[in-house]
Amino acid sequence: MIAAVAVVLLAAVLAYALFGGADFGAGFWDLTAGGPQRGARPRAVIEHSIGPVWEANHVWLIFIFVILWTSFPQAYASITLTLFVPLMIAALGIVLRGASFAFRKAVVTTRNRRLFGAGFAASSVLVPYCMGAIVGGIATGRVPTGGRAGDPVDSWINPTSTVGGVLAVAAAAYLSAVYLVWDARGLDQTDMAEYFRRRAVASAVVVAVIAAAGAFVLRADADYLFDGLISRALPVVILSGACGVGALLLLVRGAARGARALALVAVAAAVVSWGVAQSPYILPTNLTFAAAAAPPGTLTAVLAVVVLAAVIVLPGFVLLYVLDRRGLLPEEGVDDVADPDVDRAPDNDPHLHAATTRDSIEEPGR
Amino acid sequence: MVEVIATFGETAVLAAVDPVPWARAQMAFTLMFHIILVPLGVSWAFMTLIANYRAVKHSDRDALMLAQRWSKYMAVTFAVGAVTGTVLSFEFGLLWPRFMGQWGAAFGVPFAFEGLFFFTEAIFVAIYIFGWRRLRPWPHFWTGVPVVLAGIGGSVSVVAANAWMNAPSGFTQNAEGTVVAVDPLRVIFNDAMPLQAAHMVVAAYLVGGFLIASVYATGMLRGRTDRYHRLGFLIAFSVAAVATPIQMGVGDSLARWVYNNQPVKFAAIELVPTTSSDVPETLLGRLDDDGTVSGGVPIPGLASWLSDPSTGRSTVVQGLDTVPADDQPTVRQVNIVHLAWDAMVGLGTLLFLLSAWYGISWVFRRRMPASRWFLRAAAASGVLSVICLEAGWIVTEVGRQPWIVYGIMKVEDAVTGNTGVWISFCAVVVLYLAVGITTILVLRGMSRRFRRAGGFTEHDAPYSPSALPEEPSPTREEAVR
Ligand code: HDD
Ligand code: HEM
Ligand code: HEM
Repeated sequence: MIAAVAVVLLAAVLAYALFGGADFGAGFWDLTAGGPQRGARPRAVIEHSIGPVWEANHVWLIFIFVILWTSFPQAYASITLTLFVPLMIAALGIVLRGASFAFRKAVVTTRNRRLFGAGFAASSVLVPYCMGAIVGGIATGRVPTGGRAGDPVDSWINPTSTVGGVLAVAAAAYLSAVYLVWDARGLDQTDMAEYFRRRAVASAVVVAVIAAAGAFVLRADADYLFDGLISRALPVVILSGACGVGALLLLVRGAARGARALALVAVAAAVVSWGVAQSPYILPTNLTFAAAAAPPGTLTAVLAVVVLAAVIVLPGFVLLYVLDRRGLLPEEGVDDVADPDVDRAPDNDPHLHAATTRDSIEEPGR
Repeated sequence: MVEVIATFGETAVLAAVDPVPWARAQMAFTLMFHIILVPLGVSWAFMTLIANYRAVKHSDRDALMLAQRWSKYMAVTFAVGAVTGTVLSFEFGLLWPRFMGQWGAAFGVPFAFEGLFFFTEAIFVAIYIFGWRRLRPWPHFWTGVPVVLAGIGGSVSVVAANAWMNAPSGFTQNAEGTVVAVDPLRVIFNDAMPLQAAHMVVAAYLVGGFLIASVYATGMLRGRTDRYHRLGFLIAFSVAAVATPIQMGVGDSLARWVYNNQPVKFAAIELVPTTSSDVPETLLGRLDDDGTVSGGVPIPGLASWLSDPSTGRSTVVQGLDTVPADDQPTVRQVNIVHLAWDAMVGLGTLLFLLSAWYGISWVFRRRMPASRWFLRAAAASGVLSVICLEAGWIVTEVGRQPWIVYGIMKVEDAVTGNTGVWISFCAVVVLYLAVGITTILVLRGMSRRFRRAGGFTEHDAPYSPSALPEEPSPTREEAVR
C-alpha cells in the first residue's frame, strides 16, 4: 500500500510537471514575447491556450501537498521546516500569477494589461525556479528529519538546486512551446506555429545542455541520486534522452505529429527517473517512504480518493481538455465599448436585430 | 539611556523573532482573507444558475445577461479564491510543521476529499464560464450544476478538518504520542462536523446572497431601477433571506453543542469566569484582569436558559476557572471571543429582521419593500454579513485557544521554529492587500464597462448563433416587479 501511495505521489508530481509546467512555460514565452505590439499575437495564442485550463492544472499541486501531508506527514513537516523560504516565495508567486492572469483578462487598457501581464509572466518564471530548487534540496539530502530544520540557505541555494531551478524553467518553456505549436495550428495561425516551433527547438537545445551540465553537478553534489540515475533509473534516463532527441529531430524538420508525444514522454521520463533514482527514500538518505508512511487507515483513504478521482474527476478533466482543444471554450474577455457615451438601448443594438424568434433558444433543450 | 535602548532593542528583536504570534497572525490573516471569497465560490454559481434557468426556460433576456455577467465576475473571484486557498495549504506546513508532522495522517484526510471537490469545481467552472458562446443552452446549464455541488462538498470537507481540531477523534496514539492507527471516517465525521459544516454552508449562501444583493441595492439607490438590476437584486436577496432563519436555527444548535463539548470556549463566549447557574447573557461588557465582568448590559438568566431550555435559568454553566490557567484562553482572548460572539449574533439578528421585512412584504403585498430605507439596509447587508462570518470564525478559532487540537496539542507546541516568520507575514499582508484592492477595482471596472455596453456586444452574445428575444415578455416583467 505504501508503494501504491508513493506511485500516486509521483504521478501527481508528473501531472503537475506536464500540465502545470506547460502553463508556467507559457508565462515564460509571454515574458519574452516583446513589446505590446510585437508580442500581441503570441500572447493571444498563449492566453487562448491556457485560459480555461490553468486553474484545473493548478489543483495538481494541491494534490501533491495533500498526499504528502496525509500519507507522509513527517516528510511534509521536514520539507516545510527546512525549505521555508523557497516555499513561501513560491506561494506568493502563485498568488501573484493567478491573480494577475485573471485580472489581465478582465481589464482593457493597455497599461493595465501590461502591468498584470508583467506580474503574470515574472511569477511564471519565479515559481518553477523555486520548485526546481526545492527538488534539488530534497534530492541531495539537504532536508533532515526529526523536527530539526536544515540549513535555511544552503538547502535551496546550492549547485543542484540551481541546476534544478533553471532546468525546471527551461523544461516548462520547452513543453509549453511544443504545445503552443499545435494550439496555433488549431487556430489556423501558421506563422505563429512556426514562431513557437523555432522556440521549441531552441529550448530543447537549452534543456539538453542544462541536463548534460547537471550530470556533472549531480556527480559532485548528490551521490545517492547520481548513483540511482546511472543504475536503477538508467532505463528511464535513456528513454528520456532518446525521446528528447527524437522530438528535437521532428521539431527541426517541421514538427510532425509525433513530436508532441515524444516531448511529453521525454519530460515525463525525466521526472520519473528522479523518483526512481531516489527510491526507496522520500528524503534521501534520511527518511524512507516506509518509515514516513502514515497508518494504513489514512493510506486506504488516500487510495480511495484516487479511485474516486479516476471515476469523477478524470472524465471531467478529459472533457475540459477535449472542449478546449476543439475550440468550444473561446476566450471570454470583457469587451470595451469604444465610445463611452453610447449607452445603447437594446432596441438599437444591431446585434439583437439579427435575432429572430425566441424558439431558437429553447429548441436545443427539447 | 543606552541601557534602555538596548533593552528596547532586545525586546523588539525578541518580539520580531518569536514565531508564535507572527505565525498566528499570518494564519489568521490569510484565512480571514480567503473566507471572504469562499461564499462567492460556493453560492454565486447557484444564483447564476437560477438566472440561467430563467433565461433559457422563459427566454428572459435580462436574466441571460445577468447569468453571463455573473459568471464573468465569478471567473475573477474564483481565481483569487483558488490562489489564496493554495497559500493556506503551504502554510499548514510552513507555519505549523509539528502539528502537521504529528497529526497530518488524521487532520489531513478531509483535505484529500476536498481536493476531489475543488478539482471538479475548477473543471466545471472553466467549462461553464468559457462555454457561453459555443455550447448549447441546456447542456451549458448542466455544466454549472457540478460547480454548485462541488462547492458544497468542498466546504463541508474543509470545515470537517476544522471541526476535527475542535473534536479530535478517529485515531490511536502509542505511548510516545505517535499516531499509529487512523479511522478516516471517524476523522471526517467527527462530533463537531455536522453542525459546523451545516452552519458554514448556510453561511456561504447567506453571505453570498447579501453581498451580491447589496451591490444591486446600491445601484437601485443610485437610480438604476431597470428590470436587470431588480432581477439581480431579487435572486440574490431571496437566497439570503431563505438562508438567514435557517442559520439562526443551526447556530442555536451549534451553541448548545459547544456548551456540552467545549465548556471553556462556551465560558469565554458567555463571559463566565466562575461556574454558576442563572448566568446572564451579557451584551458587550468585558472580562477584567482580576476575573470579574464589568460593563455591558446583562440580561438575567438568559445564557443559562439558552444553554438548556429544559432546565431553564437553573442550568449550570461551567466557568473559565474550571481548568488550570495554562489551559484557559487569556483574558484578552476571552474578550475577543465575547465581542466577536456579540457581533455575530447581533448582526445576525439584524439581518434576520431585514429578511423578515422582505418576506412579509412578499407575503402580504406580493412585492419587495418599496421603502428607500429597505434598500439602504440591503446595501449595507453585504458588509454586515461578512463581519458576521469573520466574527463566527473568530469565536471558533480564538475560543479554542490555547489548543490547536482541542485538549491534546497546544499552539506553542505546533509552531515552526523558523524565526523569519515576521518577514513572510509582512510580505503576505502587502501582497494580499494589493490583490484585494485590485480585485475590487477590477470588478468595478468590469461592471462599468458592462453598463456602458448596454446589451450584448458582438463578441459576447451567448449561445450564438442562436437568437435572443428582443424584449422580455410583459408578463415576466410583471412577475418580477
Ligand atoms: C455568516 C453568518 C453567520 C450568522 C448570521 C451566524 N453565524 Fe454562527 N458562525 C458563523 C457564521 C454565522 C461562521 C460560519 O463564521 C462559524 C465559524 C465556524 C463555523 O462553523 O461557523 C460560526 C460559528 C458559530 C459558533 C461557534 C462554533 C464552534 O466554535 O464550534 C456558534 C456557537 C455560533 N456560530 C452560533 C450562532 C448563533 C446562535 C447565531 C444566531 C444568531 C449565529 N451563529 C449566526
Ligand atoms: C476550515 C478550515 C480552517 C482550519 C483547518 C483552520 C486551522 C487553523 C490553524 C491550524 C490555526 C493555528 C493554530 C491556532 O492558533 O489555533 C488557526 C488559527 C486561526 N484561525 Fe483558523 N482554520 C480554519 C478556518 C478559519 C477561518 C475561515 C478563519 C477566519 C475567518 C480562521 C481564523 C483563525 C484565527 C483568527 C486564528 C488565530 C487564533 C489565535 O491564535 O488566537 N480560521 N486556524
Ligand atoms: C470554511 C472554510 C473554507 C471553505 C468553505 C472553503 C471553500 C473554498 C472554495 C469554494 C474554493 C474554490 C475557490 C473559490 O470558489 O473561491 C476554495 C479554494 C481553495 N481553498 Fe478554501 N475554503 C475554506 C477554507 C480553506 C482552508 C482552511 C484551506 C486550507 C487548505 C483551503 C484551501 C483551499 C485551496 C487549496 C483552494 C484552491 C483549490 C483550487 O485550486 O481550486 N480553504 N476554498
